[in-house]
Amino acid sequence: MPKVTYIQPDGAEITLDARDGDSVMETAVKNGVRGIVAECGGACACATCHVFVDEAFAATVGEPGDLEDDMLDGAASDRQPTSRLSCQIKMSADLDGLVVRIAPEQV
Amino acid sequence: MSDVLIVGAGQAGMQIAVSLRDNGFEGRIELVGEEPHGPYQRPPLSKAFLHGSADIETLELRAPSFYVDNKIVMVPDEKVVSIDLSGERGLAVTDTGREIHFDKLALATGSTPRRLPIEGADLDGVLYLRGIADAVELKNRWDAAASVVVIGGGFIGLEVAAGARMDGKQVTVLEAADRLIARAVSPETSEFYRAAHERRGTSVRLSAKISRIVGDGTKVTGVELDGGEVVPADIVMVGIGVIARGELAEQLGLETVNGAIVVNEFAETSDPRVIAAGDAVLLPHPLGGDAQVRLESVQNAVDQAKTAAKTLAGVREPYRAVPWFWSDQADLKLQIGGLSTGYDQTVVRGTPDDESFSVLYYRDGRLIAIDSVNAVSDYMAVRKALGSGSTIPAELAHNLETPLKTLVVDS
Ligand SMILES: Cc1cc2nc3c(=O)[nH]c(=O)nc-3n(C[C@H](O)[C@H](O)[C@H](O)COP(=O)(O)OP(=O)(O)OC[C@H]3O[C@@H](n4cnc5c(N)ncnc54)[C@H](O)[C@@H]3O)c2cc1C
Ligand code: FES
Repeated sequence: MPKVTYIQPDGAEITLDARDGDSVMETAVKNGVRGIVAECGGACACATCHVFVDEAFAATVGEPGDLEDDMLDGAASDRQPTSRLSCQIKMSADLDGLVVRIAPEQV
Repeated sequence: MSDVLIVGAGQAGMQIAVSLRDNGFEGRIELVGEEPHGPYQRPPLSKAFLHGSADIETLELRAPSFYVDNKIVMVPDEKVVSIDLSGERGLAVTDTGREIHFDKLALATGSTPRRLPIEGADLDGVLYLRGIADAVELKNRWDAAASVVVIGGGFIGLEVAAGARMDGKQVTVLEAADRLIARAVSPETSEFYRAAHERRGTSVRLSAKISRIVGDGTKVTGVELDGGEVVPADIVMVGIGVIARGELAEQLGLETVNGAIVVNEFAETSDPRVIAAGDAVLLPHPLGGDAQVRLESVQNAVDQAKTAAKTLAGVREPYRAVPWFWSDQADLKLQIGGLSTGYDQTVVRGTPDDESFSVLYYRDGRLIAIDSVNAVSDYMAVRKALGSGSTIPAELAHNLETPLKTLVVDS
């Protein structure tokens, strides 16, 4: 199972095993990782699952889609170059070892 | 310390349990639900789940280990049938005969689809959609069904209709009112959805008068309208609204209105030992004023549950949150922010026929809500504005040249 590491705004880290195909958001929420609110459960409708993807993985993860891009513009924390909505990143072997920082404000 | 019993292991019940622990509550928490599954998300049931892109495990709100780690006793497949609050401690009895003693009670019993009170409604193939069991039943019949009639042009019905069209079925939506989603959106948005579904090949019949559902003796074959026309159907999906599940509240003598449990801004019922949240309640408008509203949304279930958990943990914080909602129908993403109830003016931004536009709602010149269809930036701007008590001048809002977020002003 691919691993994903979440870094909290205060620096605390947690690494989880993700189910292949589950999103970075789902993996966090199901295991109770704080800071990823995910109000809409992954429908790309709330922008409360905002993360900053670690530079090393930015290219593999890729750019947000159009809809996600507009959502990120309105996210509670200002967006950064590697901002993504974590519900739109599906875990796979390619992303094993992924590191994301959780945006400080979500709602 | 005290023991909390939460009845209803859905979106709200789960959130009450989680938020109790977030607030440092150390007592025992038992979460009892009658469905065979742990808490899960319902929205995908009328969307991704029908097309096989979400399995039951992806619907789960939390992994089973989460409940164990957080000392939340989660009991599925058991229904609370009676509750007694007359003693020093409360006592609940379940359908297995088990007794649960507790100090404080949370009712998060949700709602149930309104049943269609007409001849033929009990035929095989007449379906409702609330839980996984319903969705599995719908899915099992899906592939074999060539024609689908949806009774009720609300969100769930229209989502199912859109999915059925995408899968190439012949689809008819029968709506009794003279427009779709009439309870939640303006005539402009209703008309857009009528035209958009028609463009995708669904037949939308407004002001439809249904006389009965017809069948071959056991299985449904169609829906008969006043005047005798029969619309053929292999599946009839009924989505004519929901009824709050206030049975236990009524049994306890709590104040209810049409089954909905009346709560105050702290999510307290008429008995301060009992809190309630989610689809089952009637609550004060979360942005102030005298109105009482029912909100059947994930946002409300979650946010109100958070308030309820604080109340139980002794932190008094009134429920204040901008209501919001979404609905995905085919490639149309609807996002609603705020509550349009009582609006006296609308501004349409963009051209509905382009399938990307917003309707902004005003009351006494003040922005109160928005419906956005494939117009995420508008929605995000308004949601933020409403959250900070700001507004957007109505006379400027239609101008597509100016992003809405640059028009936000203090009111
Ligand atoms: C198909 C569908 C699509 C939806 N789509 C959207 C959407 O796109 N966006 C949105 O915001 N909202 C949507 N909703 C609405 C949203 O899912 C609900 O508002 C939300 O689930 C309400 O949460 P709740 O906890 O109040 O009720 P529920 O989630 O219904 O949970 C209540 C639970 O309590 C159980 N229960 C009741 N009585 C008892 C008892 N006596 N003993 C034990 N258990 C009991 C019930 O079986 C149920 O499991 C949708 C709903 C459906 C059905
Ligand atoms: S969970 Fe709502 S946008 Fe990601």
